[in-house]
Amino acid sequence: MTDIWAGLASAFWLVVSLDADLVDITLRSLQVSLTALLIASLIALPFGTWLAIRRFRFRRATIAALNALMGLPPVVVGLIVYLLLSRSGPFGVLGLLFTPTAMIIAQVIIITPLIASITHQAMRELWAEYHDLLISLNTSNWQRIRTLIFDGRRALLTASLAGFGRAIGEVGAIMIVGGNIDQATRVLTTAIALETGKGDFALALGLGFVLIALALLVNFAIHVLSRTEREGRW
Amino acid sequence: MQMKANLKDVRVKRRGKTILGPITCDLDPAGITIVLGPNGAGKTTFLKVLHGVERLSGGDVSWNVSDEQARRAQAYVFQSPIMLRRTVRQNLAYPLQLIATPKPQIATRVASWAAKTGLTDALDVSAPRLSGGEKQKLALGRALIRDPKVVFLDEPCANLDGRSTREIEALLMKATADGTHIIMTTHNLGQAKRLADNVIFLLDGQIHDRGPAPAFFAKPRSPQAQAFLEGDIVE
Ligand SMILES: Nc1ncnc2c1ncn2[C@@H]1O[C@H](COP(=O)(O)OP(=O)(O)OP(=O)(O)O)[C@@H](O)[C@H]1O
Ligand SMILES: [Mg+2]
Repeated sequence: MTDIWAGLASAFWLVVSLDADLVDITLRSLQVSLTALLIASLIALPFGTWLAIRRFRFRRATIAALNALMGLPPVVVGLIVYLLLSRSGPFGVLGLLFTPTAMIIAQVIIITPLIASITHQAMRELWAEYHDLLISLNTSNWQRIRTLIFDGRRALLTASLAGFGRAIGEVGAIMIVGGNIDQATRVLTTAIALETGKGDFALALGLGFVLIALALLVNFAIHVLSRTEREGRW
Repeated sequence: MQMKANLKDVRVKRRGKTILGPITCDLDPAGITIVLGPNGAGKTTFLKVLHGVERLSGGDVSWNVSDEQARRAQAYVFQSPIMLRRTVRQNLAYPLQLIATPKPQIATRVASWAAKTGLTDALDVSAPRLSGGEKQKLALGRALIRDPKVVFLDEPCANLDGRSTREIEALLMKATADGTHIIMTTHNLGQAKRLADNVIFLLDGQIHDRGPAPAFFAKPRSPQAQAFLEGDIVE
């Protein structure tokens, strides 16, 4: 018990004094997950919307595949990305293994299906509402997607938020493809795993605080954002 | 150029039931054409078929221009207005943005149509928050803002009070005078008599009677149309 209290106290200090390691790791975590979020959103938001408005032959199969991908265990994603990027793998020549880029790739694979699936569900509803009008106005597919994305932006924000939450807290895949190398690929979650293993609870807890704070902050920011929008426009 | 439609053996079936057709006719919708008929007669379906947004189960609708041109020259106001989740201003601007109208031109047109439909004070209100009548006015303004050649109106005055109805009717007359063809449904016989140049009377998915308005209202040819005009229940 004393261990934990001492850990809590020194964790608090680390955060308050902006410990260099802590800041470094936090920034890297943000850099990796935000980049992954950006890329995944660029793919998943239009794709999920497109799925909602297009009828094509393998639509049901695609949606089923998307839902299956959503449940893919991150560790397995990590393993597959590892094999692809390893020196003997097809993309080995790029030398990406154990770099932040590899971690971004793994996270993109993990969160894209999630964001696309939530997007698809929200957009299906909006499309049902807009369908007749947009058909009547002779809109192109691209115009339809843009209109739905714009008017459904709050739902999409929520989808992206869910993706970010999953990315920033993910540990299995980035541990495998990043390698948790100090100063290079160590991020919040992998550092917590390592420090806990070493018994350095102070740093582990400090990192944990930051992780929780980040999650809360993003949630709060989005909440405020969507509320001001509702008041201003709706 | 005059827009004319040709319907050949048009049929719409839903769940094994024929809800429209078979209809074969030529349609020269100059002026205002009023589509009359009891609830469920197929008026909405008929309008959507003409506009090309209803899936046909058989037959064929063709305008005397290409499908693409026909679509671009038409506008449709749905029976229950569809509001984009945006401000009134953005709703009015939307059809113009789709065809890449220059911004200053959009601004002047939006202001002018907001004034015509009496929505100037509501320009920055979110459209889904409008009252039922205001939504109808907005839907009408949004349909007319692209200066369409043909406008389909599905009960555009259903939720409007007397004064708004008069204003909208004036707007429609003005549009017709400028060469727009209007095809609309209404359950308001007074309005039908005020506006109609031509009448189409639908019953059970069939065109039961049609003709120039004065003749139709003076002496409908079918007993069903006669009964309908007298306010009896048509079966
Ligand atoms: N998708 C559908 N599936 C089954 N039946 C349908 C469908 N769409 C329309 N119908 C039926 O077709 C008939 C004609 O519908 P329509 O909406 O054209 O009538 P309407 O003349 O516009 O009636 P109202 O005056 O009430 O607006 C109705 O009986 C309706 O229930
Ligand atoms: Mg109807």
